Amino acid sequence: MLTLEKRPQPSKAWVYAAPILAVVITMIVGGAVFALLGKPPLEAIRTIFYDPIFGEFASYSRPQLLIKAGPLILIAIGLSFGFRAGIWNIGAEGQYIIGALAAAGTGLAFYPMEARWLIFPLMIIAGLAGGMLWAAIPAFLRIRFKTNEILVSLMLVYVAEAIQASMALNLLRNPDGHGFPGSRNLSQYSSSANLELISNSGIHWGVLAAVTAVVFAYFILARHRFGFDVRLAGQSPRAAGFAGVDAGRLIFICMLISGGLAGAAGMFEIAGPAGRVSIDFNVGYGFTAIIVAFLGRLHPVGILIAGLLMALTYIGGELAQLSLGLPGAAIQLFQGMLLFFLLAVDVMTSYRIRFGKTE
Amino acid sequence: MKRRTLLASGAGAATMAMLGLPARAQEKTKVGFVFVGPIGDGGWTFEHNNGRLAVEAAFGDAVETVYAENVPEGPDAERVMTQMALGGADLIFTTSFGYMEPTLNVAAKFPNVKFEHATGYMRADNVSTYSARFYEGRAVQGHIAGNLTKSNKIGYIGSFPIPEVIRGINSAFIHARKVNPDVEFKIVWAFTWFDPAKEADAAKVLIEQGCDVVLQHTDSTAPQAAAQAAGNVYTFGQASDMGEYAPMPRVSSIIDNWAPYYVERTKAVMDGTWTSVDTWDGIGRGMVGIGEISDAVPADVKASAEALRDSIASGAYHPFTGPLNKQDGSAWLADGEVADDGTLAGLGFYVEGIEGDIPS
Repeated sequence: MLTLEKRPQPSKAWVYAAPILAVVITMIVGGAVFALLGKPPLEAIRTIFYDPIFGEFASYSRPQLLIKAGPLILIAIGLSFGFRAGIWNIGAEGQYIIGALAAAGTGLAFYPMEARWLIFPLMIIAGLAGGMLWAAIPAFLRIRFKTNEILVSLMLVYVAEAIQASMALNLLRNPDGHGFPGSRNLSQYSSSANLELISNSGIHWGVLAAVTAVVFAYFILARHRFGFDVRLAGQSPRAAGFAGVDAGRLIFICMLISGGLAGAAGMFEIAGPAGRVSIDFNVGYGFTAIIVAFLGRLHPVGILIAGLLMALTYIGGELAQLSLGLPGAAIQLFQGMLLFFLLAVDVMTSYRIRFGKTE
Repeated sequence: MKRRTLLASGAGAATMAMLGLPARAQEKTKVGFVFVGPIGDGGWTFEHNNGRLAVEAAFGDAVETVYAENVPEGPDAERVMTQMALGGADLIFTTSFGYMEPTLNVAAKFPNVKFEHATGYMRADNVSTYSARFYEGRAVQGHIAGNLTKSNKIGYIGSFPIPEVIRGINSAFIHARKVNPDVEFKIVWAFTWFDPAKEADAAKVLIEQGCDVVLQHTDSTAPQAAAQAAGNVYTFGQASDMGEYAPMPRVSSIIDNWAPYYVERTKAVMDGTWTSVDTWDGIGRGMVGIGEISDAVPADVKASAEALRDSIASGAYHPFTGPLNKQDGSAWLADGEVADDGTLAGLGFYVEGIEGDIPS
């Protein structure tokens, strides 16, 4: 008989093995699904995981990988602080939108003034501030009225989407847009454009910010008092209380970090790849980043790898659609399986399987 | 068959060199399609995919088609199009308004790949635009709806407040009022092209408010299902015939028929005669089809609706013919005056009699 037995200590080996095993199981089960759809499974897996990096057109898709992974990593790093401390900000998508809108509004307010040295930094500040503001609402309500931050932050995503639609139709609408909704293109306005820093590298300011966030997060979590508080609060809120950790303050700071970074990601996206405020420019980075955060074990380096892996499945998934005719839904299923199997395998970190009778 | 020409030009070669890519040649004409929804949406994307299948059927082994579904409008679309062009596509159809800038950006990088962008207004030497005069079909819908309604309340599910959708609302309203001066429109905006849950909610709200006819400019069959559940509510198929809901609630439909256009344009690429054009066809040239008017519609209404359809098709009648005032009461079209295409293309106001504001 199989039984699960709780480990006295979480297994170090499994912490690292679980994500790798999850990827392998996803490949096997995903391959089986592709085979059932009548597509060659090995070729599909190769197209998704290998071709974007080493395939025929990799010189195009490699930079795209960074463009796609940048916002995922930046947002996931922010989320990881709260998630470690048991503070569940599910509304990064909304903070991303508000950050992008604040930044776009700031940039467009100066249009067509030429002053990149002033406008671009102001937009970054506006993006951070917008995201923080949006995250401060669930933080405040949680601290003051003990509301559930999961629900409040999630609901605020829909509010943010409504504001976004209104902005695209009204305040930020391009006056030269032939009556169509949507703002001016910020990536074509030299004072606000977040362009590639090195041609064809895919590296824009947002990618640099993501890497910087990874480094900072690593040191804060490993070396700083705040990182210790975060970990302590997550593992044992009571002990954290005894150790003098102010729970309200911790909630507030964690929410502001995640909101600010999500807002900054929105800023870099709206000024660069996305370019303009439209009714629905958000494509779910804020939600996908939750998967990235967990896939990366809430560890900065893990998140870096997980973000790149997630981007790979997007870009490879598109290639598989084009070259093999795989349906779009099969790719989404594949991405969903990744988190599902990670959570399943994760049991092994805290439990071990025992064969035979329990004593 | 003609050889792929991307690499023939200096600019194309420069692009390839810039990206550091190897040269490739192929025999088949490759046609790519970028879809905003899933091909199983039963509406907009479904019909574009039918156009793709028609291209395959028309040319057989001489063509190869590729497609990507559910492509968000923005940087993701640009990447998908680039991948298609790199993969050797000769002709790429981008089938949603939001693909306009991505299409132009990618087209600039691949001067020898031809692009066809649906419903936009920006063209280039290798970018054509095409759209259908759906408002012609809306006139027929409005005519039927105005005749059928007993509560005199007609619901309308709008997708996005862009000229195409506003044209449809105006056209349907004008022709509903013509046959029924007491008719009122209740308009809800779903802010989506395809979201069955939202569309169903919108339909339910409209039905609860007393609407017994629901028109939709969203692509799923969810409003049809909601109307069926409610009972005595009439609907019209959108983009696709949605014939599985006939004869009730679906009493007719607007069918987007892209197949002839897609076949014609693919042929032009094969023959080397492709040029950048702006196409806006309607019922007359078959791009807009009016689905079978079901038996739930009284015979005399059916006959007059078909007469209206035929007069639009022949060009004898234009759905936007004066006298027409704007919503604020100011004059728009004088008696007998017909709206010009330029005004229609950027239409941003309601005609007199429609309640409510266009969202802003």
